[in-house]
Amino acid sequence: MTVALDTGGADVARPWIEAARPTHPSLIDQAHRVDTMFGIVNVPSSVWIDETGRIVRPPETAYPRKPPFLDRPVPPDASPEVVAQIETLNRLRIDADSYISALRDWVSNGSASRHALTPDDVMRRSRPRPVEEAAAAAHFELGQHLHRTGRPDAAIPHFREAYRLQPDNWTYKRQAWNLLQPGQSPMDVYGSDWLSDVQKIGAENYYPPVDL
Amino acid sequence: MRGHRRHWKVSKVILESLTIEPAELLRQTGWEIKPEGACKGERCVPLGVATGGEQFNVRTLAALLNMPLVGDDASGLWSLGPEAGGRALESVEMPDLRLPDLNGAIFDVGSLRGSKVLLVAWASW
Repeated sequence: MTVALDTGGADVARPWIEAARPTHPSLIDQAHRVDTMFGIVNVPSSVWIDETGRIVRPPETAYPRKPPFLDRPVPPDASPEVVAQIETLNRLRIDADSYISALRDWVSNGSASRHALTPDDVMRRSRPRPVEEAAAAAHFELGQHLHRTGRPDAAIPHFREAYRLQPDNWTYKRQAWNLLQPGQSPMDVYGSDWLSDVQKIGAENYYPPVDL
Repeated sequence: MRGHRRHWKVSKVILESLTIEPAELLRQTGWEIKPEGACKGERCVPLGVATGGEQFNVRTLAALLNMPLVGDDASGLWSLGPEAGGRALESVEMPDLRLPDLNGAIFDVGSLRGSKVLLVAWASW
């Protein structure tokens, strides 16, 4: 099953879902409840749940295949900005093959799969929620609410505060950047954007390593 | 499914005032007001105040239950965040999760019990 983490709701998720024509449940999480529930801080992230409703892997980076932006050559006439973008994307740590192989192993072997974690390991790997991150969730929620109720400018300080409190939550950042009005840029409004933030931490650290 | 619905500390509640009725607190956060305090599952937090009243002060509850409370001066709104401490996952047992599909039809993720589930979170942004 899939869940779209999108403040814009069905309207913004629709083109992708309709193009994919999925046969599995394809749900919409307009309130970003699922992020909070599982501790998801970027997409794509997946969670494994066994037949008894027990989580056997907490959320982790989960590309279903190697994304087309990896290993893209730099065009000879590319601007410095485009070169930086492509080089950064190329350095993201994404290992779709290993992930899918682990997933297939679990599908075949169930709880005997070495990739199905014990409850203790699942909890140990689950993201801690210090007070700063709980407060970030509260600010993000307020920002979303203000945005949804026609007060996008009032939402901005709360999105900004959510970043400050939980800087590695890319879901918050990328969602808020996406909600800006035409003519507004993330750099102007938030003092950051995807490329500058990724370069700051190093592209290799954008997706944490997945310990399968 | 189990006989009772599992609530996690996923509450993210927008409030227009800093008082809340017990029924609303339970619905929004899973915390139930009982004679011994605010309870969720096996855990009860003594409130140190009489629990027979109709309304509770959210600021007091937030402090006792370790939930952040943040305000927005211009709109007069408040946001009560999830409980701090511990981990994002409250347990390995899937909580109640119902979400709409593209057409607004509500899907109960619990109905997939009996199958392995890969929950894939994605976004349009």
